[in-house]
Amino acid sequence: MTEYLLILISTILVNNFVLVQFLGLCPFMGVSGKLETAMGMSLATTFVLTLSSVCSYLAYTYLLAPLDLVFLKTITFILVIAVVVQFTEMVVRKTSPLLYRVLGIFLPLITTNCAVLGVALLNLNKNNNFVESVLYGFGAAAGFSLVLVLFAAMRERIAVADVPVPFRGAAIGMVTAGLMSLAFLGFTGLVSV
Amino acid sequence: MTQLWNFSGGIHPAEHKQLSTTRAIQAAGIPKQLVLPLQQHIGEPAEPVVAVGDHVLKGQKIADVSHGMGVPVHAPTSGVIESIGDYPVPHPSGMSDTCIVLKPDGKDEWCERYPISDYRKLDRDQVLDIIHSAGVAGMGGAGFPTYIKLKPRRDRKVDTLILNGAECEPYITADDMTMREKADEVVAGLKVMAWILRPERCVIGIEDNKPEAAAALREASQGTKIEIAIIPTKYPSGGEKQLIQVLTGMEVPSGGIPADIGVMCQNIGTAVAVARAVFEGTPLIARIVTLTGEALGKPGNFDVLLGTPVDYLLEQAGLKPDRVSRLVLGGPMMGYTLTTTTVPVIKTSNCIIAATASELPAPPPEQACIRCGQCAEVCPMELLPQQLFWHAKAAEFEKAEHLNLFDCIDCGACSYVCPSSIPLVQYYRYAKGEIRMQRAEQLKSDRARERFEARQERLEREQQGKELRRKERAKAASEAQTKKKAEAEKAAANGEAVDERAATSALVEQALARKKASTKAAQAQQAHTATPPEPAQEMPDMEVLEKQFAQAQAKLETMQAMLEDAKTQQADNVEKLERAVAKNHDRVKRAEDALAEAQSETQPTE
Amino acid sequence: MWTGIIIAVLVLLGLALVFGGLLGFASERFRVEGNPLVEQIDALLPQTQCGQCGFPGCRPYAESIANGDAINRCPPGGESTIKALADLLDVEPQPLDAEHGVEQARRVAVIREDECIGCTKCIQACPVDAILGAAKHMHTVIESECTGCDLCVEPCPVDCIDMITIEPDIRGWVWTQPKAGVIATDRQEANS
Repeated sequence: MTEYLLILISTILVNNFVLVQFLGLCPFMGVSGKLETAMGMSLATTFVLTLSSVCSYLAYTYLLAPLDLVFLKTITFILVIAVVVQFTEMVVRKTSPLLYRVLGIFLPLITTNCAVLGVALLNLNKNNNFVESVLYGFGAAAGFSLVLVLFAAMRERIAVADVPVPFRGAAIGMVTAGLMSLAFLGFTGLVSV
Repeated sequence: MTQLWNFSGGIHPAEHKQLSTTRAIQAAGIPKQLVLPLQQHIGEPAEPVVAVGDHVLKGQKIADVSHGMGVPVHAPTSGVIESIGDYPVPHPSGMSDTCIVLKPDGKDEWCERYPISDYRKLDRDQVLDIIHSAGVAGMGGAGFPTYIKLKPRRDRKVDTLILNGAECEPYITADDMTMREKADEVVAGLKVMAWILRPERCVIGIEDNKPEAAAALREASQGTKIEIAIIPTKYPSGGEKQLIQVLTGMEVPSGGIPADIGVMCQNIGTAVAVARAVFEGTPLIARIVTLTGEALGKPGNFDVLLGTPVDYLLEQAGLKPDRVSRLVLGGPMMGYTLTTTTVPVIKTSNCIIAATASELPAPPPEQACIRCGQCAEVCPMELLPQQLFWHAKAAEFEKAEHLNLFDCIDCGACSYVCPSSIPLVQYYRYAKGEIRMQRAEQLKSDRARERFEARQERLEREQQGKELRRKERAKAASEAQTKKKAEAEKAAANGEAVDERAATSALVEQALARKKASTKAAQAQQAHTATPPEPAQEMPDMEVLEKQFAQAQAKLETMQAMLEDAKTQQADNVEKLERAVAKNHDRVKRAEDALAEAQSETQPTE
Repeated sequence: MWTGIIIAVLVLLGLALVFGGLLGFASERFRVEGNPLVEQIDALLPQTQCGQCGFPGCRPYAESIANGDAINRCPPGGESTIKALADLLDVEPQPLDAEHGVEQARRVAVIREDECIGCTKCIQACPVDAILGAAKHMHTVIESECTGCDLCVEPCPVDCIDMITIEPDIRGWVWTQPKAGVIATDRQEANS
């Protein structure tokens, strides 16, 4: 039980995928202009991450490993992720056309989100079992969502503040992200998972 | 002792009330001209019921609201209507509005008044009608028609009736002096309102800086169940929602009115006006106005006729023109600067401040917000002024509205404490105005869309209807045609012509049939006789041709006759007939030519 | 070696088929009819149906925007509409495209009744049926419904329709934004 909790803390805070491991930076910078968009994106990514983590684990354990096709893991994972993202796109389009329009190209780009593929591959490295894989994927998504929402809230405030002209837009966003990353580095050593 | 609660926030600015309470209320007198705006209340503007040149008596109705919410305007003194037009009115914009200008004749003659000796014998609605026709509106500053306010919805019973004697804004002492000198009228008015509403509890809330007013009211209300509650002096305890919270502990819900929680708040001046309307039959034609400020020689409270220009009053109060730097209508927190002194006093004007430069200095320039949070600490409505400021500045109106912008009462406490001198209330007013405008435009565009879509539907329906009718007409026409043809043939066969055209077409058919028969016969004859003699051969041909020619001529004549008829009757088929005539001409010509040819051929042989 | 490759290819093929089938089923299950986004865009447009954007009415322009058209083609909507559309669609607001007209104060049409001949041409032209009248009877514009699109001015054969700017009224007055001058960006904007 404690291991599961530790996995969650590790993925959400200590080894946060965005601010510590620097994966998944594209949607982090691209979708964080408005808070509603960021929340929509984080929900979509959570769904994709958890589901693809599970499917990748299953595909690896019950298909690739027995048939000694371990070398196909990258392409298989990408296939799984692409299918899950397509499915997610259909669901989003049906439930919220506005969110679909607003997320635009970033929704299919979750396929190329290195965090998603990273989770699938890191699960293998750590020899996680099924439950651990699920938690790892979910924790990674939760960490991603947390940071995305925090960053979006800050960017909204920055948008109306008095920013010097050379820093406006993405520049001050990067500076802020760097400072947030420094803050998250404070969690180092809390959990060694 | 009445139990009291507290409201959060609030400030304690310097009161400056002593300046105008040294004298008793003075009558301001009758100025040379009275300018009466047609809108001195919330609702629809009134329309004049008098014309230029009319002589009116004191208290006579000169304008009334015909449709919509509003109260009438009465002549404050007798005189002649000089003009009706646009004049500057007391409004923060400094714009003009329609006003009736009355020139007093100095006689101050009253019109017929109908005092009520015992109002309790009347119906509730009758008393409300009296208050309505007396033109009583809220005199605390808003101007909401009192007769409507005193008639809450059936499901909102008023349990607590409060008279607002707090007068929390600095400088203003009009209600204070009214309570001191006219306490009996205040209590009388309160009794009328209580009789209308039948609340369980009547309270008059007075700040503790008005001990004389409290004493006077206590004396006037002896023997009644009216409570006199002394509340701590704090700005803005005179705000309706704040006073209710202090006296009852209840909060008015966001976006709601006090009647939603069974409370009603009325102004002291309104109570006096109600009493006068019912007991004396006097309409609302005057009010107490505080004239104060260090630029005045004789500051004090004046009993002013409505429509009195501000410059007249300033003269009465001994204005020192070299000392005055700013004129404010209202109090220093919620009032606005006057740009001209020709504006008149209306039902909601409670104070005029003639301030020197040191008294009300020009505001320092706005500086950057340092996010100190002082504004949030003093907000009596527990809002987030700093966030509202950021959103209003960035024009993010949805977010401002989400933070309850419309619960802001514009009290100005936040601007008062801001160390960067940011005019916060101006930002909120701007945001509120923009949001209201956007809502109005949205309503308009929705209406336009509905009308456009309805029009499209109507056009489609008409189009479909036309198509349907056209198809039906075509069907009916073809049916009628076939029927007519059958009838005509039958009639022609029986020797009766049903009508000319049918007859002609029947004749044509018959002629064609005969022609066919004769050609067949000729062919049969030809086949029969191997080498018939030429003349014999030609003879039948000649006969045939001659017959043809004769027939064609006859037909042409008939057609021409029909054409003449049609032309005189201007029938539809003129064109068709003309074409038919032309065709027949051709036929005649051909027949003639054929005949001529045949004749020329036979000639040489003979 | 060959068996290995063949097995790998077969496995991948099998996976692809299975996933393809799943996605096909999902696309049927989650089919989306119509485009509700068009409704939301249409709600932001001013509904004058004037045609200045180049489309015959506001709805066709809304559909075009939903397909990615520029949002700055509506003069009656002006800056506020462009900003609202930019917020909705999360794109950058752009200045009004001058080729389609300039933003003006709101106007209403007024018919000079002395000159009206009752031909009903303007009634047929008005997209919101804001003109009251009948053949050979007086025509008049219902001021509260007129959107100022000025489509009625052209068809009038006697040219008796004027477009009048609405004068600001004391009841329509609103506070303006306080002019700050101290923060650097404000000074820059004031100078630019």
